[in-house]
Formats: sequence, structure tokens, C-alpha cells
Amino acid sequence: MRLVAVVLLAVALAGPAVASESKPTSAEVESEVVCPVCDTTLDTSDSPAARRLKVYIRARIAAGDTKSEIKAKLVDQFGPTILAVPPRKGFDLVAWLLPLAGLAVGVAAVGALAWRWSRGKGDEPPSGRTPGPLDPALERRLDDELARFE
Amino acid sequence: MSGRLRIGAQAASVALVAALLGLLIWKIAQGESEVTSELRSGGTPAAPAFRLERLNGEGELALDSLRGRTIVINFWASYCGPCKEETPLLQQASKRWQGKGVVFLGVDVQDVRGDARSFLARYGVTYPNVYDGKGSTVGRYGVTGYPETYFVDAAGKVRYRIAGAVQDAAEIDDGIKRALAPA
Repeated sequence: MRLVAVVLLAVALAGPAVASESKPTSAEVESEVVCPVCDTTLDTSDSPAARRLKVYIRARIAAGDTKSEIKAKLVDQFGPTILAVPPRKGFDLVAWLLPLAGLAVGVAAVGALAWRWSRGKGDEPPSGRTPGPLDPALERRLDDELARFE
Repeated sequence: MSGRLRIGAQAASVALVAALLGLLIWKIAQGESEVTSELRSGGTPAAPAFRLERLNGEGELALDSLRGRTIVINFWASYCGPCKEETPLLQQASKRWQGKGVVFLGVDVQDVRGDARSFLARYGVTYPNVYDGKGSTVGRYGVTGYPETYFVDAAGKVRYRIAGAVQDAAEIDDGIKRALAPA
């Protein structure tokens, strides 16, 4: 039963993704492409260059190009920096892996510190020194003081 | 945390901050090209070399192949309004200076290739034009907007620059004469 639900969910999610790839909307592509002269995504730019690229994208969609094909044509002309999100291959993969590596290092560092802190708390005295036996005179005085409260 | 671990973490933090600072300085330095800063101080910087795909012709064109002649390099884009106004002036000037050791070269920057070809056809441009969709020449020449025109002498030195559209034939001729004048 659970397996069927998972399969149905996967199919439900895959449908829009496939449609987005084969029949993208101009708004989708414009949000994933950077205006080459203003360094913001096309959907947030109204510069002449951005307006021209929007026309180009709409023409490619009308011609039946998939989202990947449109992006490939743009990269061919403007280079990979035209894409708002770097591709997951080659050197650009670093942009994806570096944050994950940073997160892993952070989690490991916090975990190590927490482990050291929790281990040290039970074993070590606050001063960091092992307490020795009390001086006999001081112990006698302490007993006398405590006896007064009994 | 042990002392050694703490020192290691501190050293790594300092190294990271230094690296980011270096990156920031490098980025700022990239913003100002040597060409524009030298021109501003009265110098004659070397025109940065490039080899780019021809728009109106086959293969590629290298700037070095034009060495020995005065070169008028015009940076433009098909979506740029002022470029439409100045292109007829440049085309006429290219004809006027033909056979006099002066070459006009258009560099279409950050543009759709098909649009650029249509633009050249519409305005009847016959002088060579190259395509720089990635904008690799922009930073090196210090192009701040389109159009911009650079006048390079026969030795490959930039002698004069017009930021914005050229207004008339006299302005183009003046730039060429500056480039033709003895250094």
C-alpha cells in the first residue's frame, strides 16, 4: 500500500517536470537565464538586451524547442554564464559541491565540539584539577559547623 | 578544544578571510581596464588581442592580422538604439577611407547571432564584423556601454576612444587622424 502511494506521488511529481522540459513557459526560462549586460535574471530586467532575449526565447518556444535546447543555444552564443544556475558538470560542479562540503564540515565540527563538551562535563572537575583529601583541621572544623545545624 | 586545534582553526579562518579579500581586490581591479585608465592618463595602451568568429564572412578574424594598418574598432549590439543611428555613418566612413590604410572592424557583443547578421544586412554593412557573444573583449577594452569606438594605430596602440555613438563623419575622421598622427 505504501509502495503504491510512493509510486503515485513520484508519477504526480514527474508529470509537471516532463512538461516543463518539453513545453516550457517563457516565464520559466526567463527565470533561469541571466541578462548578459545587467547580471540579473531576465524576468527581473527590462533592459534592451533582456527584452531582446525574451523575444528570442518566445520564438524558440514557439518553434517547439525544449528547455534544454533553448538553454544550449543560449550557452552556445553567450557562454555558460548566461545560465542563472551553473550546470552540474565539469568545474561548475564545484558551485554545487562546495556548499555541501561546507555544511558537512560545519556539522562535523559542531558534532565534535558537542561530543567533547558532553564527555568532558562528567569526567572533569570545573577547575580542571583532581581534588585532594581535605586538611584534617579543616575537616574537623567542617564537622563542627555541620553539627551545629543538626 | 586543544590548543593545537584552536590555532589550526584560527589559521584556517584567517586564510579564508585573506582569500576572500584577495578575490574582492581582484574583482575590483578587473572593473577598470588598463586601456581606459591609460587612455585617460594620456597614454597609448596596446590594443588587447582577440580572435573571433566572423559575422559577415567565413572563419575567424584575429586583430593581429590587421597590424600595420589603422583600425577603427566599433563595439555594438543589434538591440542598442544609438548603434542603429551611427552604423550608416561608420559604413560611409569605411568607404571614404578605403585604400588609405584604414580598416573598420565591428565587434558585435553579447548579442543573438542571428539578430547581428540581420542588423548588418539591414544597414548594408560591408566592413568586417566579428561576433563576441560571451563579451570576452568588453572587460579588456574597458567598454562601458554600446556603442564604443576605439582608434588603433598601425603599431597596435589605442590612440583615441569615443564612448557612445559617433555624432557625425567629422568625429570619425578626427579619430582616424589622431591614430594616423606620428606617436
